[in-house]
Amino acid sequence: MKPQLRLPLVIAALGGGMALLALGSGFAVWATLETAERDALAALLAPRAMLVVMIWLAVFGALAWGLARAFAHFVEAPAQLHEQAQVLLTSVAGKGAAVGDLQAQGNAANRGLADTLNALALQRTQLQRDVARQVALASRRIEQERSRLSTLMAELTQAVLVCNRDGMILLYNSRARAQFRGGAGATPTAGRAELIGLGRSIYAVFDRALLAHAWQTLEHRLQAGVSDASTLFVTRLRSGALLRVQMAAVRQPADDATNGSGFVLLLDDITQQVEQESLRDRLLLGLTEGSRASLGNLQAALDMLDLPDLEAPMRERFQAVVRDELATMTARVQSLADDVLAGMKTRWPLEDMLGADLVSAGLRRIESLGTLLASADDVDATLWLRVDSYTLLQALAYLAGRLADEYEVKSVALRLRAAGARAQLDLVWTGVAMSTETVMNWQLDAMRSAADATPLTLRDVVERHGGEFWFERERVRHEAFFRFLLPCADAQAPVHPTQAARSDDRPEFYDFDLFQTSAETRALDDRLLAELSYTVFDTETTGLDPSEGDEIIQIGATRIVNGKLLRGECFEQLVDPERALAAASIAVHGIQPGMLAGQPKIIDVLPVFHAFAHDTVLVAHNAAFDMRFLQLKEAATGLRFDQPVLDTLLLSAWVHPNQASHRLEAIAERVGVAVTGRHTALGDALVTAEVFLALVPLLQAKGVHTLGEARAASLQTFQARLTY
Amino acid sequence: MTHHILIADDEPNIVISLEYLMQREGFRVSIARDGDEALATILRERPALVLLDVMMPKKSGFEVCQAVRAEEAVAHTLILMLSAKGRDTDVAKGLGLGADAYMTKPFSTKALVQKVREMLESRA
Repeated sequence: MKPQLRLPLVIAALGGGMALLALGSGFAVWATLETAERDALAALLAPRAMLVVMIWLAVFGALAWGLARAFAHFVEAPAQLHEQAQVLLTSVAGKGAAVGDLQAQGNAANRGLADTLNALALQRTQLQRDVARQVALASRRIEQERSRLSTLMAELTQAVLVCNRDGMILLYNSRARAQFRGGAGATPTAGRAELIGLGRSIYAVFDRALLAHAWQTLEHRLQAGVSDASTLFVTRLRSGALLRVQMAAVRQPADDATNGSGFVLLLDDITQQVEQESLRDRLLLGLTEGSRASLGNLQAALDMLDLPDLEAPMRERFQAVVRDELATMTARVQSLADDVLAGMKTRWPLEDMLGADLVSAGLRRIESLGTLLASADDVDATLWLRVDSYTLLQALAYLAGRLADEYEVKSVALRLRAAGARAQLDLVWTGVAMSTETVMNWQLDAMRSAADATPLTLRDVVERHGGEFWFERERVRHEAFFRFLLPCADAQAPVHPTQAARSDDRPEFYDFDLFQTSAETRALDDRLLAELSYTVFDTETTGLDPSEGDEIIQIGATRIVNGKLLRGECFEQLVDPERALAAASIAVHGIQPGMLAGQPKIIDVLPVFHAFAHDTVLVAHNAAFDMRFLQLKEAATGLRFDQPVLDTLLLSAWVHPNQASHRLEAIAERVGVAVTGRHTALGDALVTAEVFLALVPLLQAKGVHTLGEARAASLQTFQARLTY
Repeated sequence: MTHHILIADDEPNIVISLEYLMQREGFRVSIARDGDEALATILRERPALVLLDVMMPKKSGFEVCQAVRAEEAVAHTLILMLSAKGRDTDVAKGLGLGADAYMTKPFSTKALVQKVREMLESRA
């Protein structure tokens, strides 16, 4: 019943009741009267009927009014309060009905109730604000910690990988990535694919059984109650590198003490170290065993020489033996000394540094002393040094400082040249020179300057570099200089990984949300689109018809993991098609024939791309075209791209069946993706990836959630388009 | 009776001394320059004792020793191993493979002569 009808009905009932009462009582009195009495009463009442009705109406009116007041007071006021309270209950803090909105009406109890509700609502709002503030604070803290962690990881010289229990990579640093770059059997030119990436399997680089064994060991220790359990093993990668791996469990915070939720791998490349150590062992063994033999020969010959009855020719022969063995021993010791020196060079942790960078840092450091000017003079910009830059800069500042303080030198220059396998770093000044004795003292004094004091001496710094230091004078030019002889970086030393792999997308190095994904080997078709890993790719080709001999000339690909586009994990490779380019195709992709000379062949590139796309769903725009090129190479490479494929063209056509164009640009514009760098394979792949990410929610809105559903939808549109 | 001794070593600088020493002690001496030659000489000339160097070309002293012990006709040949390999594992290996004695270089010739005499007398 409608609330506003309630009161009139009640009043009507009152009126009815009163009418019944009046009529009933009148009829009852009427029935007891004699006819004469009835006439008398009628005569009496007839002229006053109006009055009776008036009285009745007045009483009715008064009662109705009272009823209406009571109704408002006892029924409507609580009902209103109820409604307002409900609004308040469903309102979100800061939105909808404000606190204190409840109107105190009705009787005292009702008014009290309203006040109490108001007070409760106020409390609730304060609590909500409090919680929101706490949440914001905590997430900011987490964000800070995350970024601190990722920065730390990026700067670590150790390679770090964090995996969940299924071996899926959740975090890695640039070192780790550099360690595994290229992968098994990849040719150097085609080796740009990454084996390490978010959501990728660690088993692509490590033997599954090996990690399983280490994990078991770790679990045993955890169960035994070792709090900081970790386990060590050494393994050789397919690339030949020898790694020392430390594995530690990532543990659930509180209740679940025995079950690690994942593991951390700390990797040290000990290839060089082991090589050096085994070299040292070989040297040592060579020294002991080789010397023993020589000493044996010497001793025997000497014993013979001691014999009194030795004839002259025999004596000659034994003396020759002694001379010969002495020469052998001398040569051995010399070669050993050379090797040991070479080994010593690498003992102190030296870093590779561009010589020019060191010089400019040195100039800044010297000028910051404030007492003299510094300039660069004849710096070989191509020279890479292997130095401990910190102490070396200290040494330069120390020398310059003493020159200024004790010899009033006003300006110095730095010079850097190659000298054979080493580099000469000179600190040059004009004018006064000092005695060799002074220079000797400077070398042995602790290097103190205004800025810092260190117990290190100049000699320590030089020894640390396995270098030399001396003072020279060029009388003709009236110049004097200190010369440091420093080691150069090995020509074949790898590019410093932190420089090679650094990108602006540092946060993409980790995704702890992957901890939450389960290992259920559900059929891929049942998996949600939002939680799958994708390789989004595009190819540029010599033409449109692979069966007529057209070939791939470029492959570009990027990855989507956990709904995020990983711009830092891309694949881009030009391919030598081993045939001429059609002029028409050059107009499309802008790749000139000259750019393809010397690039790897498709037969070398596809294995790398296959590894890149491993364990992911392939996505491409007009995928059938690209897939056809890949499939035609299956026989030659023996590699099948048999993972599920999604086509942004078909998906778009299913989402927006009434749109005329499903070209990549058109879709991108429709779903609000900015188009940049198109018509390079990687540029197109990135746009396709963003388009795909934008399509996923549109698909969900139309009820397509899983891969299977998306494939069914694609098939549907495909068939629909075929019938046109 | 003059004993026949084989010196098996590839280093002429020790062979010259050992040869002179052993001849001076009144032994008949043969020389072998590598493992193969050593084994062939032992089988052909049946020396009473072999001064056997461990590190030789073609066959190592260890291999020669093993082969000699496996060949019944010459299995009783006395073998004194001489080696620059002085780790206890090397000594253990030499004795384990059947050498009667093992001397690490450098050694005094006096001690060597004494050892050789002891070995021959114990057999006599």
